[in-house]
Amino acid sequence: MDFHKLSLVEQLEGLKKGDFTSTELTTHYLKRISSFDEQINSFITVTEEQALSQAKAADERYKNKNNLPLDGLPIAHKDIFCTKGVLTTCGSKMLSNFEAPYSSTVYDKLDKEGMVMLGKTNMDEFAMGSSNETSYFGPVKNPWNTEYVPGGSSGGSASCVSAELAPIATATDTGGSIRQPASLCGLTGIKPTYGRVSRYGMIAFASSLDQGGVVARSAEDAALILEAMSGHDPKDSTSLKLEKPNLVKDLDTPIKGKKIGLPKEFFEKEMPSYVEKSIEEAIEVYKNLGAEVVEVSLSNINLSLPIYYIIAPAECSANLSRYDGVRYGYRCEDPKDIEDLFMRTREEGFGAEVKRRILIGTYALSAGYYDAYYLKAQKCRQLVANDFSEAFKSVDVILSPTTPGTSFKSGEKTSDPIEMYLQDIFTIPANLAGLPGLSIPCGEHEGLPLGMQLVGNSLEESKLLQFAYSYQSNTNWHKKMPNI
Amino acid sequence: MALSDQELKEIAYLARINVSEDSLSSLKKELEDILDLFQQLNEADTSEVNAMSHPLDLSQPTRKDEVTEENLREELLKNAPSVKSGLFLVPKVIDGEN
Repeated sequence: MDFHKLSLVEQLEGLKKGDFTSTELTTHYLKRISSFDEQINSFITVTEEQALSQAKAADERYKNKNNLPLDGLPIAHKDIFCTKGVLTTCGSKMLSNFEAPYSSTVYDKLDKEGMVMLGKTNMDEFAMGSSNETSYFGPVKNPWNTEYVPGGSSGGSASCVSAELAPIATATDTGGSIRQPASLCGLTGIKPTYGRVSRYGMIAFASSLDQGGVVARSAEDAALILEAMSGHDPKDSTSLKLEKPNLVKDLDTPIKGKKIGLPKEFFEKEMPSYVEKSIEEAIEVYKNLGAEVVEVSLSNINLSLPIYYIIAPAECSANLSRYDGVRYGYRCEDPKDIEDLFMRTREEGFGAEVKRRILIGTYALSAGYYDAYYLKAQKCRQLVANDFSEAFKSVDVILSPTTPGTSFKSGEKTSDPIEMYLQDIFTIPANLAGLPGLSIPCGEHEGLPLGMQLVGNSLEESKLLQFAYSYQSNTNWHKKMPNI
Repeated sequence: MALSDQELKEIAYLARINVSEDSLSSLKKELEDILDLFQQLNEADTSEVNAMSHPLDLSQPTRKDEVTEENLREELLKNAPSVKSGLFLVPKVIDGEN
């Protein structure tokens, strides 16, 4: 049976009805991984033994009629989430030998609901990148065309779901790392409101921006898993003290009469005509569903890229100071003294992009530059957040392209960091303001998919998913999958 | 924005990252390009806004002063590059006679 052609929701129904077992489902995906992952390099670790034993336990529970809510459903986890006793590398040489001594809250929550871990997915090193070319474990390829990148940093998660080597995968988003690869791989990717999903055990990059979420094949699948991942966690001091949202139950709420805002600053930018055309068609779909479309202004939005490239590196330089070669991770050979140990461990253990960002962050935080860069960026961040608050007084969601275009060829942007940074120009603002955002497929160009982004007001991921679900109930873009 | 070799070396030392002499000039160029990007912020009038350090307006939560962590000493030491007598081993830190 072609299990991978079933949605996650259908797989759950099938398991509950006893049409097939979790062992059959899991074995099917493990076989697909071993047949196809060589082409796309989406996994760093495949946890075959553990997956089969989790599946067997789930089957046992179904037999005894004491099954868990998501029992026996397979999932892949981004290798940024700590998983006890399993290699957790964050795509870096620095952690290439690190077996996490504890599990992240995200893993624990899904494990407690019965989900089966297929493995850990490849990613840009420490989640820094937009093409998944900075991983120590080699670049990930886009299943739609392996000469092209899958996007990043959650490129492995997006690539494996798109190639149907896993029905869904966890991911994280600091400046677009869920939404951009979702757009480039033809998937539905959602980053919830900052604080919705616990960051405990999720390896830190920029703590005021990092947020966990999922990449899936539909809004319906995404809602099912995001709901299970959400909720207050006392182990994360920035976790919101709120009950988890009703994402699944409210999914089919009609969007008739709701308002969509189009930020004029985004649409003033020059974009390829195929992007414009796809977005216009998507807007038409929404109008036909009874939504009202208005222009909004986010007048400081164009400051987002420089703000982000001060704040994210600043926070990263502080967070990554823990990798010193003393307690865990990589250590250089034969250090002659303690200073040599630090300096060479970090020179050899980190890749070029990570070092660039640590240096930029160190500079921005150093004496004499703090006010001019870091403090200025934090003030500008407030301006961007204010723009969103103002806009959400009159609209329900804000719609734009997710990315400036479809995917690009491997190696095309690696020599120019700024070119690469521009990939996230539409996605970064939501992270600065801590708002939920999602990307759904809305078109294609020369055989490569393209996504549109919806950003919602704080805590309104439910509304975002309703918009995505309505769109997907009336279009077929999300059903197109690559041939591998 | 121009960065001198000396400045770059100082930043690299603050970050405890060794930078080899032959990678100095290319790295400097990349960092200068990124710093140039930041100039755009000077156009923004921020005289009336407070700095936003975080998306949530949270106070630090407190909890009872109770031991919640298990003793994972052995587990944690397994990941260490070098261990002696249950302690992390590093090169000598304080100079002096042996």
